[in-house]
Amino acid sequence: MSVHIQDIQFKEPSARIKETLQSPPPAASRASDDLVDVQGEKMVLNLGPSHPATHGVLRVILEMDGEIITKATPDIGYLHRGDEKIAENMTYTQFIPYTDRLDYLGPLANNVAYVLAVEKLMGIDKLLTPRCQYVRVICCELARISAHLLGLGAFAMDVGAMTVFLHTFQEREKIYDLCESLTGARFTTTYTRIGGLSRDLPDGWVAQCRKFLDEVVINFDESETLLTRNRIWVDRTKGVGIIPKAMAIDYALSGPNLRGSGVNFDLRKAHPYLVYDQLEFDIPVGSVGDCYDRYLVRMEEMRQSVRIIQQCLDALPGGSVNIPDGKVVLPEKGKVLSSMEELIHQFILVTQGVNAPAGEIYFGAENPKGELGFYINSRGGGTPHRMKIRAPSFVNLSILSELLPGHLMSDTVSILGSLDFVMGECDR
Amino acid sequence: MTSLELADKLKSQFPTLISDPSEFRGEITVQISDANQMAEVCRFAKHTLLFDYLVDLSSVDNYGDDPRWTLVYELYGLGHHCHLRLKANLSEEVGELPTVSDVWRTANWHEREIYDMMGIRFRGHPDLRRILMWEGYPYYPLRKDFPLAGKPTDLPDVAFSNPAPLEGGPFVTVAGGKDTLAREPRVRLPDADSPAQSAFSKP
Repeated sequence: MSVHIQDIQFKEPSARIKETLQSPPPAASRASDDLVDVQGEKMVLNLGPSHPATHGVLRVILEMDGEIITKATPDIGYLHRGDEKIAENMTYTQFIPYTDRLDYLGPLANNVAYVLAVEKLMGIDKLLTPRCQYVRVICCELARISAHLLGLGAFAMDVGAMTVFLHTFQEREKIYDLCESLTGARFTTTYTRIGGLSRDLPDGWVAQCRKFLDEVVINFDESETLLTRNRIWVDRTKGVGIIPKAMAIDYALSGPNLRGSGVNFDLRKAHPYLVYDQLEFDIPVGSVGDCYDRYLVRMEEMRQSVRIIQQCLDALPGGSVNIPDGKVVLPEKGKVLSSMEELIHQFILVTQGVNAPAGEIYFGAENPKGELGFYINSRGGGTPHRMKIRAPSFVNLSILSELLPGHLMSDTVSILGSLDFVMGECDR
Repeated sequence: MTSLELADKLKSQFPTLISDPSEFRGEITVQISDANQMAEVCRFAKHTLLFDYLVDLSSVDNYGDDPRWTLVYELYGLGHHCHLRLKANLSEEVGELPTVSDVWRTANWHEREIYDMMGIRFRGHPDLRRILMWEGYPYYPLRKDFPLAGKPTDLPDVAFSNPAPLEGGPFVTVAGGKDTLAREPRVRLPDADSPAQSAFSKP
């Protein structure tokens, strides 16, 4: 009895993809041969919801023809906590801790985006003190560096470069130290308040931050040395997961995913909030829209964030971080205990919340993952009638079912890594 | 070009359908009187007025009022950097309006979410399934008549849900209880025969 070994023809992946998409193998014609019959069949592969490459609890149901994906159905909602429903049942201030849990890799940026939305509704966004605005910008950019470092490290680890992950996490630890001395918590920062901040910068924080900025730039250089011209990294990312410009706009991608596809759109430049219009920074834009471009865009964005923070630390004005309005910001504790007016303000703010006017606003902020937007529909009073969170990860993931077909299974890992999503934000 | 000029252009194209633009905090909103024409208005807004970027699509439950639903479309143009909000009311009896997922493909998931959370259906949607909740979940949780604590459901072998009362606020404890289990109503009481109970039981 002779064993028949099938001739395996090695081909470049790109050539195989074309072949499979153009000519589906005729399965029925050679039904006598069992081996051939199996080759023509599609296989359904379940990826996630608990899989290291799906960064949380994303589940994708893949229909495979051999190694090649022919259909992809994302399944989300495993982390749905009903944040929008919860928001309707509490005061605006009480919801700030919940924003930490949206994009939990950059909670400071979520805090800032949310209170800016509420301040826009109340019409006090132009009254913020200069110091508050500068500190908020520093927070946003620290969050961006932290989120991109994680996104980059996890992306590299998924495609096999373990070192980068450990390397970037060293720097993230320093950001968490900064967060801890700033807010008292490492992850769940809840730093901002409507009309200001929960506290001013602690003593020595600016020096600590400057030291971190000097060190993190070296880390960027080293990570880039490990990746940018690394043959394996380039092979795994270049030409993989190409999102054309028109498709990126049609799917309303935002953040680095949109800019990686060559669209020069950044809310910090297009509609500057806080003091972004007074700062000098560049917006990196990709050319092809593949995984490699998205990596390069994130890498450069981190360097620009360092530039922004340095300018903010240089120009950091003095003064209070809170609006001097007892109807918006909690009064000083000492005054609450000694003066009637402050006591009343404190009591009203804590029990009823700020008094927002009736109306509706949408505010979008450029967060690490993209445009985080809040649509607030208010009927007046301390709680929103409806609050919709426009989560960038939710919108960015909707492209998967269009993007994945035609790619190899192993490319899925690169693509998911390069889209850099967070399920806490996607599922809300 | 400003948002207001674009809103006026939209009005001149659909004079009877579109309300006069209103402004709040620098944002322009126009109301569309017939939700059935939504797709047509959106198509014009995208192709002629160059609103090529659908930022967001959401829905509001005006519980107790008629019409019950309000659909909110946040439009943006990457070319002219102008923002425009379109709104349309929809009565509960109709509960259906045409999809715009063929105008902007990003609307696909937004519309699925609205269907999932509010139960509004989109005519012509290619794949109108639940998105955040599981297939077979019987309620629409973002409706105002759905309690914050949730309702019990059970779909054998798929998923279940139990009410999780918040008692009016996120941090609610009952005064006077001796231990955490008695004070904190959300703490799950251990089973009588569970070994974990020994940690809390006292003589």
